[in-house]
Amino acid sequence: MDEQAFKERHMRLSRDSVEKETTTLNLGPTHPATHGVFQNILEMDGERVVSAEPTIGYIHRAFEKIAERRPFYQVTPLTDRLNYCSAPINNMGWHLTVEKLLGIQTPKRVDYMRIIIMELSRISDHLICNSVVGVDSGAYSGFLYVMQYRELIYEIYEEICGSRLTTNIGRVGGFERDFNDTVFRKIDKFLHEYPQVLKEFENLFNRNRIFIDRTVGVGPISQERALNYGFTGPNLRATGVDYDVRVASPYSSYEDMEFSVPVGSTGDSYDRFLVRNEEMWQSLHIIRQALDLMKKEPPGVYHADVPKYYLPRKEDVYTKMEALIWHFKIVMGEVDIPPGEVYHSVEGANGELGFYLISDGGRAAYRLHFRRPCFVYYQAYPELVKGALLSDAVVCMSSLNLIAGEMDA
Amino acid sequence: MALTNEEIKQRLVEQFPEVLQEFEEPYGMLTFTGPRDLNLKILQFLYDDDRLGFRFLTDLTAVHYPEKKDAELAVVYHLHNMRENVRIRFKIFAPVSDPKVYTATALFATANWMERETYDFFGVEFVGHPNLKRILNVDEMDYFPLRKEYPLEDQTRIDKDDEMFGRGPDRMIHQ
Repeated sequence: MDEQAFKERHMRLSRDSVEKETTTLNLGPTHPATHGVFQNILEMDGERVVSAEPTIGYIHRAFEKIAERRPFYQVTPLTDRLNYCSAPINNMGWHLTVEKLLGIQTPKRVDYMRIIIMELSRISDHLICNSVVGVDSGAYSGFLYVMQYRELIYEIYEEICGSRLTTNIGRVGGFERDFNDTVFRKIDKFLHEYPQVLKEFENLFNRNRIFIDRTVGVGPISQERALNYGFTGPNLRATGVDYDVRVASPYSSYEDMEFSVPVGSTGDSYDRFLVRNEEMWQSLHIIRQALDLMKKEPPGVYHADVPKYYLPRKEDVYTKMEALIWHFKIVMGEVDIPPGEVYHSVEGANGELGFYLISDGGRAAYRLHFRRPCFVYYQAYPELVKGALLSDAVVCMSSLNLIAGEMDA
Repeated sequence: MALTNEEIKQRLVEQFPEVLQEFEEPYGMLTFTGPRDLNLKILQFLYDDDRLGFRFLTDLTAVHYPEKKDAELAVVYHLHNMRENVRIRFKIFAPVSDPKVYTATALFATANWMERETYDFFGVEFVGHPNLKRILNVDEMDYFPLRKEYPLEDQTRIDKDDEMFGRGPDRMIHQ
């Protein structure tokens, strides 16, 4: 490949790039403002964006193909690596999908435990996204204020499942073990301390003249266009559409919770920021309710009674024949999986996270497709930033909450 | 009155008599198959009809069934009526030798990348797509990796006996 051909292919510099009136600018794939590995080829007229062409796939890991070879419980660690800012939601979305296929009914206590974990991860995802919007618009301190509270959330995960970022939390049918006292203590600590910090964070940003100037009217989208582009989650709600999977099709006993769905009106970066902030308050509210409801349930129940699909405790495997048999059957893939196709979606931190699973009765999925919310809505980016300043394009990108792992699967 | 699967089915059959088949309701979601050259007409009807109003394309993907002769590739649309909160699944089948399907990009902007992804992994050619090129894989790739003829593991390996772990002897190499 000669030098010119190389430039054309990899740097997208066309032969006449020197003579033309616009400038080609590569934003990414490794740029501090993309917060992930994806590229934008921007055509710039001075400071204005004329057109943008997103290029993704830099960290594609073929999860859908791998999942066709793996039994269901080995797919959970793959889902961790989709939206790694809120891995537990992905894990539980996957477990709920498999449970729907297998017809497993989980006890209420398990549902509430899941809700607690899912809402904690929603908070951790939103606080990263919102504080990074701050970083990209020149307000670094907010990021430092809230970052240590993500640490508290990760400590809670660690106490429950032993890992922090890619959690692989829970099992099909429930959890691998019950929450211990430290977990409850840490949740209480978080619930006690975080509201004050979130209040402080809002005080720093919500009425901040500079922040408002940098975000209001940046990257707006109308309701119609957002729906046509398949927006979901906070980005859709910022346009004023009150669609939330937790309310529309409740899963994991979300119907027992009382919470409101915050909506914006203009769908710009500022509204997306406000919607996420308010959702964090609602998540705190949900966690408190779930903790209270959990106390009313019989203690010690942390998984559904489904010996066919739920791995028995190790102590039982070593001492009881029944448990040994089930352990062997589950690991060797000799349990019955019903053929069928199922679509299940959960409200992920950045939108509707769907799992389309086709089972042919085999040990692994015949086909598994992830509906990844940010893959779906990132294609609207060129429309959002057309005519905007380069610095606004950066703020718009971070306010969309784009996670490269989720986009590329 | 809430929109029921029964009513959706009835309206569809009235509009498209004798061409829609395989009405099923797996796990409560109405699923049906249509002829591939009518996919846009059906999607447009589902979109425009006042009562149906399936205006949100949740998901678009494909499935490869190598054993279905001349209907190897299924393109699956998941549509959502947000007002009534009803979802449906609509499938069309195309032969792998001529995988041409009309694009839904004029109806749903979101279909753009979804169709590019489907093309990338299954080689479904969406006729009329504004920018049909690979999205997640490298441009130089000359095959469609999610088709079933490409096994996940290296078939030249002889150190692994997959009898116990595989999905059936037909997909394994025995040395």
